[in-house]
Amino acid sequence: MSKLKSEQEYEKTAAFHFFRWLSGSKDPYLDNVEMKPQEEYKEEEATIQERMREQQMIRDKVYDTEKNKRLLFFRYFYRIMAVVFCVVLGGLLLVTVSYLPPTGRASKPDNNEVAARYIENGMQETGAVNVVTGMILTYRAFDTFGETNVLFIATCCVMIMLMAEDEELKKQELLNDRRYEPKNDAILQGVAAVLVPVIFIFGIYIVLNGHLSPGGGFSGGAAMGAGMILYVSAFGFKKTQRFFNEEVYKIAKVSALCVYGLVGIYYYVTGANGLDNHIPLGIPGHIISAGIIFPINICVGIEVACTMYAFYALFRRGGL
Amino acid sequence: MQVFQYILLGFLVVCAISVSFSRKLLNSIMIFMSYSLVMSIIWICLESPDLAITEAAVGAGVTSVLFFVTLKKINAMEGIGEPAGPEKEKREAKEGAEGNE
Repeated sequence: MSKLKSEQEYEKTAAFHFFRWLSGSKDPYLDNVEMKPQEEYKEEEATIQERMREQQMIRDKVYDTEKNKRLLFFRYFYRIMAVVFCVVLGGLLLVTVSYLPPTGRASKPDNNEVAARYIENGMQETGAVNVVTGMILTYRAFDTFGETNVLFIATCCVMIMLMAEDEELKKQELLNDRRYEPKNDAILQGVAAVLVPVIFIFGIYIVLNGHLSPGGGFSGGAAMGAGMILYVSAFGFKKTQRFFNEEVYKIAKVSALCVYGLVGIYYYVTGANGLDNHIPLGIPGHIISAGIIFPINICVGIEVACTMYAFYALFRRGGL
Repeated sequence: MQVFQYILLGFLVVCAISVSFSRKLLNSIMIFMSYSLVMSIIWICLESPDLAITEAAVGAGVTSVLFFVTLKKINAMEGIGEPAGPEKEKREAKEGAEGNE
């Protein structure tokens, strides 16, 4: 028999505290830590005038080029040295480049056993016809995970800086949203209605065919994000929010990153490269093949598309 | 094909120099956009189509749109719509003064 807890009993449990902390409804430091409110710094009239006078005096004495000959000399010296520095740096770099081994020579240090192995055994080991994607998403899946994390952190930073939390600010931004452009522009909407589906399908095609044809998660995601930006600028945020709002964004972005991480962990733990691969590779050339590349491509695509759209929306109106 | 690539490379140099020498920021962004587009064609000539797709989508598409939005945020777009802020007030004051005369 399960016993239902009363409200007061539930409020004492750890779970209640945890979820309260998670949702941010109560600040744990409030009423517990002694805090001193900051006072506004006020300056007296006399000190301001004193400071201004001193600044003016310094300016007159130091920046008066007629009296200060050293400054005059330094200005010319600075300009000449800047040009000399640029020329020397450019020359140095060009000289260094001239010592680099020419492209395509067999003795180039670049041309080693790693590249040879990627090209010779790449298709067998990863199951991807497109060797580049095979390389990026299996041998170097960990690097790509780092890149995806960078995208995630970048959007978080932009959100911290540009997200409008205030209700009043939000209203103001909504009003400002389309202040400068013609509302419901017929030409733009007509073109967008034709182009957006094509761009979306092209993006999805690139993502899904990442292991077969040129492209992959990043390129396809960028194309999808660009399509979404076109849709938003043509039809406005209200119509976009019907299918892509903040909730959808949160779920899509976090779950894409988590799925990538889990698939990557599974792949590395059960035996990455050279060991037994527990994920079937399938037949090269089929759409569902190449083991982990297919799901990872989709994850990266979602991540990149969300990032591109979020950047635009946050720059534009401080919210999704 | 070789000649075509040299022409494109020439375009690239011209674009790169004129980005920094153009006076208006809007023109700079447009030239930067065309730089990315030329670059993506060069990627195709160098047989790396996946880079070309990314360059076209990110370089020519998203980056320039973000630049445009930023210009709009800081009211640096000239001649489009009504520039808000002190400039507009100045212009209005000027027009008012001329009207009075």
